[in-house]
This record gives sequence, structure tokens and C-alpha cells, in this order.
Amino acid sequence: MCLAFPAKVLNIEGSLATVEHSGIKRAASLMLLPEAKIGDYVLVHAGFAMQVVEKEEVDEIAALKAEMNGAPRTVYELR
Amino acid sequence: MKELVKEIFKLAEGKDKIRLMEVCGTHTVSIFRHGIRQILPENVELVSGPGCPVCVTEDEYIDKAIKYSERPDCIIATFGDMLKVPGSLSDLSEKSAEGADIRVVYSPQDTLKIAAENPDKKVIFLAVGFETTAPTAAATVLAAKAQGIKNLYMLSAQKLVPPALKILAENSSSNIDGFLLPGHVAVVIGTDAFKFVATEYKIPGVVGGFEAEEILRALLALLRQIDDGRAEIENEYKSVVREKGNLTAKKILSEVYETTDANWRGLGKIPESGLRMREKFSDFDIEKVLPVEVEPIRKKTACRCGEVLCGKITPPDCPLFGKKCIPVKAVGPCMVSVEGVCAAWYKYGGGKFSFA
Repeated sequence: MCLAFPAKVLNIEGSLATVEHSGIKRAASLMLLPEAKIGDYVLVHAGFAMQVVEKEEVDEIAALKAEMNGAPRTVYELR
Repeated sequence: MKELVKEIFKLAEGKDKIRLMEVCGTHTVSIFRHGIRQILPENVELVSGPGCPVCVTEDEYIDKAIKYSERPDCIIATFGDMLKVPGSLSDLSEKSAEGADIRVVYSPQDTLKIAAENPDKKVIFLAVGFETTAPTAAATVLAAKAQGIKNLYMLSAQKLVPPALKILAENSSSNIDGFLLPGHVAVVIGTDAFKFVATEYKIPGVVGGFEAEEILRALLALLRQIDDGRAEIENEYKSVVREKGNLTAKKILSEVYETTDANWRGLGKIPESGLRMREKFSDFDIEKVLPVEVEPIRKKTACRCGEVLCGKITPPDCPLFGKKCIPVKAVGPCMVSVEGVCAAWYKYGGGKFSFA
């Protein structure tokens, strides 16, 4: 049952957000994380955003993903 | 990663056996999937604690869920990994095959829709899980109340991690030298909630993430503490874990739920280690609205899940492991859930290989 992943907040309507992870969009409740803003990356667990993921971590993941797709290694420069 | 492993080897060299326990099913699976057990020094042993909520849920709870599922006026909504957990005589997937209305949901909030679409049925969500999952059930109850949904109920058996750690720390036969603390539980309750492990029991604890590198970093931090003779709670999952956790989640959880004594499979009764719904929300508590009685049935099996969950034995020590008990036909709960210790051992094995 425990499956948490980081996802980007695309849109917020009331306490419901649309979040995106690897191109897949779904709804996530912001009831437990009302401070989340559009553009934030949030940790989503069981349909609820649980915490805002720190920017540095998000950038590292993006760099690693880019590297997987053929881009040169930039992740060490971020640290 | 190589450097991390090298440093772990350096710190472990010349020391007696070091037993580190993870108390999160996702850690268990990640450790096996990435082969982390296999690359660690011989004297560093990783043992799995009661970190899988499905695995620590008692037969009696499943029996109750089955009782409700047999009623034509009830719909059971549950996370998928509860389906095959054996109760005393049957399991929910068998009931589903027999025609019971059992629906697998990804999120507790999916139950709001099911309840709205089936106004003449009682929709019961099987609210199990640790502190990470518990606030999602609490928030769903608040949402149901706000939306005026009156046919959604919780069958609650959530558990709390710190009281279980306390029991493990007190039990000298577990011989734990350090805890790899659960990252996503810590997202909710914060690192402060684990401080007692270090201050009262002088056992180091490090909150870790779930990628191979994050786990190795946390293990290295544990070994550094052991090497220095320190016992502190450290955070190696800072991107999402804060000292105080998620205050909103904690507030919503304590608005709906209060602590109570709870039975853990394998560990027995632990004071103040479970959650029950507050009186104020008894309209959403199926055990208040429609109580069912189940007879306690003592199963006679050679299953040793209880000892596995305390880290006293490893799964291959159990006579059923890989023989009578396999993932498609599990005898014990640790083999049922993909997060279970036995299932992880069965799938990935426990061998060693050298990391050059």
C-alpha cells in the first residue's frame, strides 16, 4: 500500500491538485499539504500530497533523467 | 556508490557482528531489489522489522473484514495488498470470487466516489497502515463529513511505529545496534518523534530514503555513529523529512483518531500503539455503527512470521518458507504482501556476491 512518488503540481482547484509524474497526470488531494503551490514538486502517497520536495532534490532527479536520455552528466555540478 | 560501500567496509572492519534493522516494508523491498544485503561486509547484518502494515495486521481484523464482506448491504474498499492476507479460515480474494463486492482502490479518497454512487450500500474502507497512510484515512473522513456523505465507514486498525521500536529496543534478544528509520513515516511524524530511541535506549537511528544510494548513505551514517560510540537520530532524507514532520497531517490525524492499545502480529499487544476513531466520528466507524463479532480461532501452523517480524530469525529458518508457503499461496502474512520480508526473500534470495 505504501507507494510514494514525487510529482509536479500543475493545477489547483480547491483542495484538489492535478499532479504530473513522468507524463502521467492524476488528481492528488492537498488536504494534508495546503501550503503546496503550482510548480512545486510534492511527495504523493495514496492520492494525497504529503510534503513539498526540496528544490535541490528535484533538480538532481531532473539531471539524472536527462542523463538517462543521453544528456551529459551535470548532476555533480548541482551538489 | 562504490565509495559508500568502501567506507562501509572500512568502518565495519574488525568489529563484532553489527545488526541493523529496517522498519519499513519499502526499505525491505528496496534493499533486496538493489542487492544491498549482498554487497555489505559479512559482519553487517540487515534484519527486517515489523515494517509492513499488512504483515502486522492480526487474523481477527481480516476475519471482521470478511464478515462485513458477506453482507449484501456492504461494499468493501481496500488497498490491493489486503486481498490475499489470510484470515483464520478464508481471505478477501476468496470472498470476492464468491461474489462479495470488494473493490481495490489506490487512495482512500476514491471511496468518496464509491459511496456517492452507491447510496443504498455501506462502503467500508479497510483503514490499515502506519503514520504515512493513517492521515489519508482521517482526511477522507473529514471530506466525507464536509460533503455530507453518510454511507462511508472506516474499519480502522492503523498502527504507530515509535511504540513498536520501543518494544524492539527493550527486547534485548533482538540485539539491534541501529535502526534504519522509515522515511515516509518520518515525513508525517518528523525526526523528533524518534529521538527517544537514541536518548532512552542509546541506539543510533538514521532516517533514510528509498533509492539504493540513499539507503547506503543511511547505513554509512549508522556505522559512523557506531564507530564513534554515538547514539543520535540523524536525517539522511532531508528532501522531504523535517524535524516536526507534516503538522497539518498530524493535526488532521489527531482530530479524527486517538491512540489505543493494539495487537501486532508477532509482537503481541503494545500499549498506545494503535489508532481508533474518536467518539465524535463514531458515525463513520463501522465497528460502532454495525458491530460484528468474530470468534477467536487459533490457527495451528508452523508459520514463524512472528519471529521473522522481530528479527529473531530470517525467513529461510521457517520450515514452511518456499515449500508450503509461497507468494501465490501464502500461509503467513509476511509472504502475502510484496512488502513482506518473506516475499522479498523468496523473490530475491539471500546470497552474497562480492563488490569489486
